[in-house]
Amino acid sequence: MTAKRMLPLLAVLLAWQAMSSAGFIPAYKLPSPLEVLRGLRDLITLGMPPGHQLAGHAYHSLLRVFWGYLIAAGVAIPLGIVMGWSRMLNAALDPIIEMVRPIPPLAWIPIAILWFGIGNQSAAFIIFLGAFFPILLNTVNGVRTIDPILIEAARTLNASRRFILLKVLLPGAFPSIFTGLRIGLGIGWMTLVAAEFTGVRQGYGLGYMIMTARDIQRPDQIVAGMVVIGAIGFTIDAGLHLLERVLLRWR
Amino acid sequence: MGTHLELRGLTKYYAHADGELPVLADIDLDIARGQLVSLVGPSGCGKTTLLRIIAGLESASTGDLRLDGQPLTGCDPRVGLVFQEFALFPWRRLIANIDVGLEIQGVPKARRRAAAREYIRSFGLEGFENKYPKELSGGMKQRVAIARTLIANPRIVLMDEPFGSLDSQSRNNMQNFLLRIWAERRDTILFVTHNVDEAVYLSDRIAVFGPRPSRILQIFDVSLDRPRDRTSPEANRIRREILSLLHQTES
Ligand SMILES: Nc1ncnc2c1ncn2[C@@H]1O[C@H](COP(=O)(O)OP(=O)(O)OP(=O)(O)O)[C@@H](O)[C@H]1O
Ligand SMILES: [Mg+2]
Repeated sequence: MTAKRMLPLLAVLLAWQAMSSAGFIPAYKLPSPLEVLRGLRDLITLGMPPGHQLAGHAYHSLLRVFWGYLIAAGVAIPLGIVMGWSRMLNAALDPIIEMVRPIPPLAWIPIAILWFGIGNQSAAFIIFLGAFFPILLNTVNGVRTIDPILIEAARTLNASRRFILLKVLLPGAFPSIFTGLRIGLGIGWMTLVAAEFTGVRQGYGLGYMIMTARDIQRPDQIVAGMVVIGAIGFTIDAGLHLLERVLLRWR
Repeated sequence: MGTHLELRGLTKYYAHADGELPVLADIDLDIARGQLVSLVGPSGCGKTTLLRIIAGLESASTGDLRLDGQPLTGCDPRVGLVFQEFALFPWRRLIANIDVGLEIQGVPKARRRAAAREYIRSFGLEGFENKYPKELSGGMKQRVAIARTLIANPRIVLMDEPFGSLDSQSRNNMQNFLLRIWAERRDTILFVTHNVDEAVYLSDRIAVFGPRPSRILQIFDVSLDRPRDRTSPEANRIRREILSLLHQTES
């Protein structure tokens, strides 16, 4: 990001700091940027609850996202490709998917706890649900919108069904799949923090960290936690964006 | 040498909202091995449909289709098709677009890359091996499309208005290029074109189609020596005859 683009953000922070210092914004409602920075420092060094440092929270949250997301992508992409390819399979599965899809991932938390107990598996399951549908639907759509002439070209070269699936439909749908992967990761990340509000067993997780800070009235650490969550989400998305640019250079 | 490709009483109907649309009425055509035969006819008379049937992308409604005496059903490795729209795989680099047919046949990578390099050399594509299709000019894409079809070694090559989208200069270049590689390989070529000039310049024989539902009105033998003079009296005479035949059928 260029310095110029950072200017508005800097202006807002300065104004915010000025308002807080002048006493217009009460610190117990919204701490000033400097207090948030101090809160961030405490999160990193002391931890919240004490001894549970920020790095540990971030690590556990990322681990849950990683597994839920990986499984979601691993199931949604192959399923999406065969659903995009086979009208029959699509007709069979589509009604089920359209029934389940509108249920918000968070509404699954009680049943997830019943199935998996409180812990990483539950959280990963919730993330799986959040990421799964955008990846699936974008994959199906990607396969559907491939120029049929490319499939015909492969057929005239005597391609097997397997070749068409793996070497024509998969790469052809990839731009759309990537859109799904990015949306899915965003939703997965959002879902995770909310899921951690309901409790974690290890005592680690960014959502859990924020809730603990709230319990002991540390708004500076709440906001610092929010900033960290936003920054991690932004960084992951930027990374995926970069990966997309490299992998989809052919477009 | 005898008949190589044999079409007998070929008809094609397309299902339509109001009944059936007859496209090919009754096509009889014999093509000898190593001949370059052009199909010309009014727009919409079914030339593309006929090529698609021979390539196995579409099935004939009735009639008989044989190559070297054996019936042709479905996509057959003995038949290659060059699409008018090139139909290159946009995510594959030039070299991987050329050798994709060998990849499908299971040829090991080192060998198929070596074969592709031969084509790249003789097709004047050196230096572009690692470019993606979007980075190539129309004439280059066309050469890649032809190379991709030829490398798989079909016995008969179908070409659907391959030079239709090129400007007249690159079109002339591509015509000479096609004649040069054809002179080396002596493939059997079935060539669809709108351009009577092009047909007279290239072909051994020219089959003129009537309007839909079409049959072959007349077959012209062009026994001019190559390289041909586009404006020789004999070329002009054949061109005039074909044009007047096409003109009659349109009114
Ligand atoms: N899949 C299809 N379903 C229904 N009708 C079709 C289909 N494909 C082609 N047609 C119709 O068949 C007729 C012949 O089409 P075709 O593309 O073979 O003509 P063509 O001779 O190649 O024309 P052009 O010279 O313009 O390329 C057209 O009227 C077209 O609308
Ligand atoms: Mg056509």
